[in-house]
Amino acid sequence: MDETVAEYIRRTILKIPRDEIKTMLQKWGFLSEAQLQTINFHQIKDNISQEVVQLCEENSADIKQAAVLDIIYNHIYPNKRVWSVYQMKKAGEETEFFDLTEFKKKFKRRLRSALKNVTINFREYEDNAIWIRIAWGTPYRKPNQYKTSYVVYHSQTPYAFVSASVLKSNLPLLCQALVVASNYHDIREMELRSHSLNSLKDIVFKRYSQNFQTYCPRPLQERNVVPESADLRIIQENQNEKERIQRLNREAFGDGPQPKLEFAQYKLETMFKSDPKMDVLDRKEPFRCVVKFSSPHLLESLKSLAPAGMADAPLSPLLTCIPQKARNYFKIREKKGFCPGSFVSP
Amino acid sequence: HLATSLPLPSERDHLRPRIDLIAFMIDIKSKYSLKNVEASLAHVDASFFLGKVCFLVTGVGRVNCCSVEMDAIWKLGEVYCSPMLFCELELEGVRAATAQRLLRMLQICAGHVPGVSALSFGSLMRNSADY
Repeated sequence: MDETVAEYIRRTILKIPRDEIKTMLQKWGFLSEAQLQTINFHQIKDNISQEVVQLCEENSADIKQAAVLDIIYNHIYPNKRVWSVYQMKKAGEETEFFDLTEFKKKFKRRLRSALKNVTINFREYEDNAIWIRIAWGTPYRKPNQYKTSYVVYHSQTPYAFVSASVLKSNLPLLCQALVVASNYHDIREMELRSHSLNSLKDIVFKRYSQNFQTYCPRPLQERNVVPESADLRIIQENQNEKERIQRLNREAFGDGPQPKLEFAQYKLETMFKSDPKMDVLDRKEPFRCVVKFSSPHLLESLKSLAPAGMADAPLSPLLTCIPQKARNYFKIREKKGFCPGSFVSP
Repeated sequence: HLATSLPLPSERDHLRPRIDLIAFMIDIKSKYSLKNVEASLAHVDASFFLGKVCFLVTGVGRVNCCSVEMDAIWKLGEVYCSPMLFCELELEGVRAATAQRLLRMLQICAGHVPGVSALSFGSLMRNSADY
């Protein structure tokens, strides 16, 4: 077995939490049940990975099997990577039958015709998701297995989720291969990025609970309403205001859990509006500024701002439109025309 | 009765009993909290400041998250001649002790403790803070 393959497998095992190693090896299926029984999974990870590498040596593992193990690891822990979303466009209305083998063949052929030194692996999952792992090399060097890009393509949709990692220069090639292999004619990157792959899927496939604007006339005010708090001795003076905030919040965010995003970024290219007497900027140039919101769970924290009294309700539509518009990176420019204002560029 | 700011909404005027003590809560982690209290103070009738107002400053356990100038808070207590209580609501023991102190103050302000008036108690609290 190649030394680099052995080292790669060893390092992949070290990434896995100790309690999960056995299950992941079983999913991998490369080592037999009998072989797995011989491993002591209660020792330190260093020793476990050494034993696994020994067994892989006996079975003569090659880079293909090692790559599959890596895909399995990334499928279970996708949140360690940053994912962007790409949308593809078809030329006409033809709905062709999706042939997986054709897709794989065309994808490999396209990539390899431009760059000989690539390792390409595929793995299909139940939800029509095709996971593609690509290790990049150069015309003179073998593929670097530690610099990989991942693509998750749902064949029944025009969306692909890409985790490019460091080699951004290979992105155009990757996009081209995707478009050609899937019989689309164009691809564009959406302004939507996050660590949580499932949340990106939720947003793009509209799987989160959306609020539907229904006309809801205000319910008749009852005079002696029993307060909601468990202790009847506590009386909320601002109950009406609290209810208004809850209602507006529910309209903006819906009732269910929010998709998980870590950032929202707004690039402002708007004119500085000041008192003419202040004369701060006499040049008619837009004032450039970037506002970035970050949070472990951005949408949930935005949802809790108004009820916590930290922001006025309703929140700015620039914040609440994030799931509906399927974007968290915005460019805001001056609106050209009669009314000065700002609009969000497509 | 809990309120987020003053003045109180007028639609509940007829449901409200006599007010014996107003405790203004200031969270030192929030500048907005101090601004809100300062704005609300303007709506309080002057007679309340004879011992029926106190300031409850919370969040003092997390000094590294302090966003408010402590000078501004001390000044508030002086300007409005009202006692200042400091507490940390996240600690159960301190929370319970503070609640008991407030309750005792409330009993005095409501006139339930014979021989002690709200005004005399208020000046007692203010003078003891200087030592």
